[in-house]
Amino acid sequence: MSKSRNNDPFWWSFFGAGGVFSSFFVPIHILLLGLALPLGWVLWPEHGDLLALARNPLARIYLFLLIALSLFHAAHRIRFTLHDLLLAKSIDTPAAFVCYGGAIVGTLCAAMTVWTL
Amino acid sequence: MQKTITIQVKRYIPEKQPTPFYQDYEVPLETKWGVLDALTYIKDELDGTLAFRWSCHMGVCGSCGMMVNGQPALTCATFLEEYLPGPICIEPLDHFPVIRDLVIDTDAFMGKLKYVKPWLIPAEERSVDDGENRQTPAELAAFKQYTLCINCLLCYSACPVVGLNEDFLGPAAIALAQRYNYDSRDAGQTQRHDVLLDHGGAFDCTLIGECSRACPKHVDPTGAIQRYKADGAMEFWKRLLLPRGAAKR
Ligand code: FES
Repeated sequence: MSKSRNNDPFWWSFFGAGGVFSSFFVPIHILLLGLALPLGWVLWPEHGDLLALARNPLARIYLFLLIALSLFHAAHRIRFTLHDLLLAKSIDTPAAFVCYGGAIVGTLCAAMTVWTL
Repeated sequence: MQKTITIQVKRYIPEKQPTPFYQDYEVPLETKWGVLDALTYIKDELDGTLAFRWSCHMGVCGSCGMMVNGQPALTCATFLEEYLPGPICIEPLDHFPVIRDLVIDTDAFMGKLKYVKPWLIPAEERSVDDGENRQTPAELAAFKQYTLCINCLLCYSACPVVGLNEDFLGPAAIALAQRYNYDSRDAGQTQRHDVLLDHGGAFDCTLIGECSRACPKHVDPTGAIQRYKADGAMEFWKRLLLPRGAAKR
C-alpha cells in the first residue's frame, strides 16, 4: 500500500451527500417541472414571483447545494462506472481528473449563477 | 433418461505442461449428486491425478469453491441436476493464482485478512478472573451476520474490483473487519480505520454488489462495505479537521 493519503473518502463524502440530497429533492423538481406544470395540474407561476422566490437567501443555498452535490454524485458514479465498464485501472486517474474537474467547474458556475440571480 | 453427464475440468499440471488444458470426464448422473460428488467419482474411479480441495461436504468449511459454468459456487452445495443435460465446466476460482488443477493459492488473501485485525481488541486487557465478557442479544445481533463468513472466497471471484486491483482488501476481509468493529467488546476500530481508509481499503469498492450475490452464507459483504464507507468518511473528516490526537479516541 502506498504512503500517500487516500482521497477517496473525501470524494465519497460528496458522493454520499449528493446521493441523499438528490434522491430526496430531484424527484420533486421532476414532478413539478416535468409533469405538473406542463400538464396543467398547477398554474404556471409568474416569472417575477419565481425569481423573487429564487432570490430568497435560503432558496439560493438550496439551489446551490442541489446542483453542486448532484454534480459530485454524478462525477463519482461516472468515474467508477468507467472503471468497471472498461475494466481498466489505468483509466482511473484521468477519469477522476475529468469527472471531479467537471463537477468543480459546474459547482463554480452554479455558485456564480445563484449569486447573481 | 440421461444416465451420464459430461464434466469438463480445467486442468493445470505445471510439472507436465506449462499451460492449462481442459479434460472431459463422463460421470454417472446420480440423483442428489453434487458437483463435488462428481469430482470425487472422477478421482476415485477415473483419474487419480485430479487435484481439488474439500473437507466438510456440507457447506461449512468453505474449501470447495470453484467456478461452475463460469459462476463461483460451493461445489458441495451445487447439484448436477441443475445443469442438465450438461456438460458442466469446472474451473478454479477466478482471480487467484492456481497451484494445480482446481487448487488455488490463498496466501494473498490470508495476508490481507491479517491487515484488518479480525480479532477482538479490547479497551483493557482482561484476565480469566474478570469472568465472562457479556453481551445482550441486541449487541450480538449487531454483528452476528458478519460472523457467518466461511472464507470460501466466492466473493473474491465474483468481484471485478478484486480482479482489477490486487491491492484491494476485498469483500470478505472488510466484512470481517466490520464483524469486530460492531462487536460491543471490541475497541479496535481506530486501528482498523488505518487500513480500511487507505488505498486498497473499503473505498476502492465501486458498489457492484456481485459479492453479496455470490455469498452462500448471506453475509452481504456489499452492505458491510457500504456501512463502513459511511463510518469511514466520518473518521476521515475527523482526522482531517480535528487536531492530532483528538480524532483518535
Ligand atoms: S466441502 Fe466444505 S463447504 Fe463444500
